[in-house]
Parts: sequence; C-alpha cells; structure tokens
Amino acid sequence: MLVVVVAAVLIGAFGIRFSRTTSDFYVASRTVSPLWNASAIGGEYLSAASFLGVAGLVLSFGVDMLWLPVGWTGGYLVLLVLVSAPLRRSGAYTLPDFAEARLESMTVRRTASVLVVLIGWLYLMPQFQSAGLVLRTITGAPVWVGGLLVAVVVAVNVLSGGMRSITFVQAFQYWLKLTALAVPLVFLLMAWQSDGAPALSAEDAATWQVPLTGGRDYALYSTYSLILATFLGTMGLPHVLVRFYTNPDGRAARRTTLVVLSLLGAFYLLPAVYGWLGRIYAPDLVRTDTVVLTLPSRMIGGTLGDVLTALVTAGAFAAFLSTSSGLTVSVAGVIAQDLLKGGVRSFRWATLMAVVVPLALALWARALPVADVVGLAFAVAASSFCPLLVLGIWWRRLSTTGALAGLLVGGGLACAAVLVTITGGPYEGVTGALLAQPAAWTVPIAFAVMVAVSFLTPDRVPAGVARTMVRLHTPENLDLDRGDWRPRSS
Amino acid sequence: MSARRAGEGAGAEQRQARRSPLPRAETPRRVPVTSPRTAAARRPRYPATREIDEQTRVGEVYMRSLLRTQFRLALFVCTVLAGVVGGLPVLFLLIPELREADLLGVPVPWAVLAGLIYPGFVLGAWFYVRQAERNERHFAELVERR
Repeated sequence: MLVVVVAAVLIGAFGIRFSRTTSDFYVASRTVSPLWNASAIGGEYLSAASFLGVAGLVLSFGVDMLWLPVGWTGGYLVLLVLVSAPLRRSGAYTLPDFAEARLESMTVRRTASVLVVLIGWLYLMPQFQSAGLVLRTITGAPVWVGGLLVAVVVAVNVLSGGMRSITFVQAFQYWLKLTALAVPLVFLLMAWQSDGAPALSAEDAATWQVPLTGGRDYALYSTYSLILATFLGTMGLPHVLVRFYTNPDGRAARRTTLVVLSLLGAFYLLPAVYGWLGRIYAPDLVRTDTVVLTLPSRMIGGTLGDVLTALVTAGAFAAFLSTSSGLTVSVAGVIAQDLLKGGVRSFRWATLMAVVVPLALALWARALPVADVVGLAFAVAASSFCPLLVLGIWWRRLSTTGALAGLLVGGGLACAAVLVTITGGPYEGVTGALLAQPAAWTVPIAFAVMVAVSFLTPDRVPAGVARTMVRLHTPENLDLDRGDWRPRSS
Repeated sequence: MSARRAGEGAGAEQRQARRSPLPRAETPRRVPVTSPRTAAARRPRYPATREIDEQTRVGEVYMRSLLRTQFRLALFVCTVLAGVVGGLPVLFLLIPELREADLLGVPVPWAVLAGLIYPGFVLGAWFYVRQAERNERHFAELVERR
C-alpha cells in the first residue's frame, strides 16, 4: 500500500515538475486550442471536493447533495454568459487586476487582493485535510501526515519553479482524474450486477433517495443557498480566472467555456453513482469522504481490488496536487505583488504564507466534510467577486466607493459566517443553517450595497468607464481605441 | 427634349454634356462627374469606429446598442436557468409524486440531477455562444459599413 501512495505522489509531483519549465502564459498557450484549454481548466478545477467529497456527501445526506456538482458545473454557464468574453478582453490576469482596470483605484485592488487570499486559503484547507484522510485510509498514518506531504510537495514545486503548470500538464490531470474514477466504476458496476443488483433498503428508498426529506435541517433553505453560492461563486475563484487569460481572444474564451461545461458534465456523472453504490455496500462509514477509496476493496477485493484502489488513490492525489498548486501560485502571486514588495524574494515568502496558513487551519479546525468547506469558499466568492464582476462589466454607473463598500460588506459577512462555522459549532436550528449556508443572504446584501452606494456617489464613477466598456465588449477584430491599461507584471 | 428621346447608350454621355459648363466642342479632356448627394448618402463623414473612439454621442449610441443586445441575451439565458434550477426544488416540494416517480427505472430526481441537467447546460451554452457571436458580427457590420 505504501508503494501506491509513493507512486501516486510521484505521478502528481512529476506532473507539476514538468510544468515549471515554461511560463506558458507568455508564449505557447496563446495558440492552445479550446479543447486543451478547457481540459486544463477542468484539471485544475476538479479538486478533492469533486473527486472524494461529492460521493461522500451523497452517501450521507442523499439526493439533495447532487446540487453541489450541478452548481459547480452550472456556475460555468453563468460565468459564460455574464463574464467570460469581457473578462478575457479586459486583459486582466488576476481578479485584483480586473478591479484595478475597471475601477482605476488601488484601494479596490488591495481589497480584492485580500479577498483572493482568504478564498484561496479557504479552498486549500480542505484539500490538505482530505489528503490526510486519504493517507490514513490507505496506510493508517496519522491525519496530519498527508496534509503536510501535499503541502510540502506543492511548496517545493512552486518555490523551485515559480510559474504555474503548463496547459498540457493540467489538461492531462483532467483526463487522469476522469479515468481514475470511470475505470473502477465499470468494475464496480459489474460486481454489483453479478451480486444480483441489490437495491437500496426500504427505509433509504423512502427517505434517502427522495429530495428534501433526508439528512439535514432546513433542507429547502440550504438547497437554495447552495445553488446561489455555487452558481455565482465559480466566477470569483482565483485559479479559474487565470486560465481564461490563456485564450487568444474573447470569442475563444466563450468556446473554451462551452467545452469546460461538457467536460465537467461528463465527470460529474460519476460521483453520484459512487455515492449510490456506497449507500448499498458501505452505509457504516464514519468519514464518508473515503467512500470512493473504500468501495473497490469492499466490493471486489483481491488483487484487482488493490489495483483499482491504487488507481483511485492516484486520481485523488492528482486532485490535491493540481488544485493546490494552481491555488498556491495564484495566492502567492497576489500576496507577493500586492501585499509584499514584489520580486523573487517576496514570492518565496508569499508561497510559504500561502501554504502554511491553510495547513495550520487544516490541522486545528473542526473536520468538516471537504465538499462543505469548499462550498463555503464559493459562498465568499459569490458574495464579493460576483457582484464586482457582474456590475463592473454591465453597469457603467458602478462607482469606486460602491464597489469597495460591496466587497467589504458582502465579503466580510460571508467570511465571518465561515469563520464561525469552521472554528465553533456545530450550531443548531435556524442560526446553524444561516451560518453553514450564508450565500442566500450575503449575496443579495452585497449586490444591494454595491448598487446603493454607487447611486449615492455618482462623482466617484471612474473617468475612463466609456473606454473600458469599449475594451470589454467589442470584438477584437474591430480597429478601436481600447485604452492602454496593461496588467502589471509580477 | 431631344436628349430624352435619344437611345440608351448615348444617354449618359448626353447628360454629362448637358451639365458641363462649357460647350462640348471646347472640352479637351473628360472629367468624371458624380452626383454629390448619392456620395453623401453612401459614406458618412466619419466611420462609426471613429465615432466610438472619439466618444461622440453617435459612438455612445453604438456602444449602448451592443451592450443592450448582449445583456438581453445573457439575461434571457440566466432567466431560463434560474427558472429550471430554482423551479426544481419547489417542484419536488409541491408534487410529492414526482419525487418517487421512476424514469426508466431511475427515480426522477436522480435522473434529472445526476444526468439530464448536464446536457441541458451544454445545450444552453451552445445556444448562447452562437447568439453572442451573431450579435458581435452584426455590430461589426454596423460600425464598419461605409
């Protein structure tokens, strides 16, 4: 079993080692086709939460949890129609870049930077936690070992190389994860068939597989809040936006997003089946996040079971490493450039900060299901960057003060709810539901504050807004004056 | 009167001759003459791209029309999406039979949430991409027309 883990880590580590040779953002990627680009987005996006967490939550709480993968995919549809092409055309490389380009204010830029770092940490923390969980399931090592291992591998790779993975390697990660989940599933379904195709227990068939009945309190509120967070939060994730920059133009950005939707849809067909099989064969699991890893040995066993377990484990480590390294580079870049002085030295310190803080959180915080914590990161993104992007792109009257107020109030409220949920709790009743799924109230508040304050401060509308709108919305083949703003190079 | 009765082939020449300030016999070279009114109608003084660059009122109108069409399209897709996605939980809540109904042996909520909704997303995205590119083509034709 140790061999499996070493092999899995090596595959992942080599994956990111290749990558660091080229900073593809400046050269190769501009000619990358939408399929490769979309695979790369998928490879970086499908984290431990998708690979392990969804099946686990479905096993615990039933059909209501299927809204998570639906939202994580549907978020790209919202991203496509509201922001993809204008965002690419803005020329922004990070979310703070966009804030600066549109609102012409360094204060807004810094606020956006802080939020990027918080969202990144929140997203990294469950990756490290589930790495520990996977390693404990496979080898019996203490929980902190796996998290530390992934954190060290990611930090060493980022530190020794600097730039992020080339598109090709991230694209490979998507197909690796898809294979690692699809191939064992074929065998599992064959085993289920030859087992006489057992059905769910009568009790489960009456509650678990029926929406709005199983598991959690305030199911309707939680469902809607989850939908809002995931559909609107996708556009505000730090590691997603960077990939859009590798599209040659706005039109290609749209087409890439269309392919991303197809790839994610194909992937998310799988975890639901794992969750369903898990309910039949492994209803006794305590930490249900491990269901994907446990099923091959429980249902098949023997050498084949071991090989399949190895494959799934490799996929899980690919998920930890690709998402974590993508996030670490994004977060470290923002810390180095906007919060420290910039330059190579700052980037090193920034990388350490980007990794150590979520690792510490992972060790001390309450162990929540991985997909739930990632859901909280989406809620923060939906209550801060979603209003900034949507209003910034479509509404000329957004003022600097309005954007700042919206970011602070929306992001602040969501962060507070998240902090309380992670460190304290669990809370019961209405308070518990409101804190565990904050998006349903924080997103409307963020939008309202941004719009209201913008109306109150019409003199703080940026001077170059007309030129920026030309830049964001007109197709690149037209010969127009788009201003001369460029993202600052780090 | 005599000019009108002349044959088709000679008509143009005769019209030119009539507008020429000098008698025909004294003109050593031919000058192309076109009506200034048709030229004015065909080509505006500025191309629309220049109106946009200089942020004139006209340029502003062009930009607003582009933004409005694209935003309407985006809003349409989002509304349909919100209707479907937001409607499903309510539908499951209000029609309990639907929760337990089967579709080819799979419970309807599972068939929708774990399968059918994904091709739906892709279809919606494909529609949006097609329409958005069409809108941009129309805008390009509009501002580049001379």
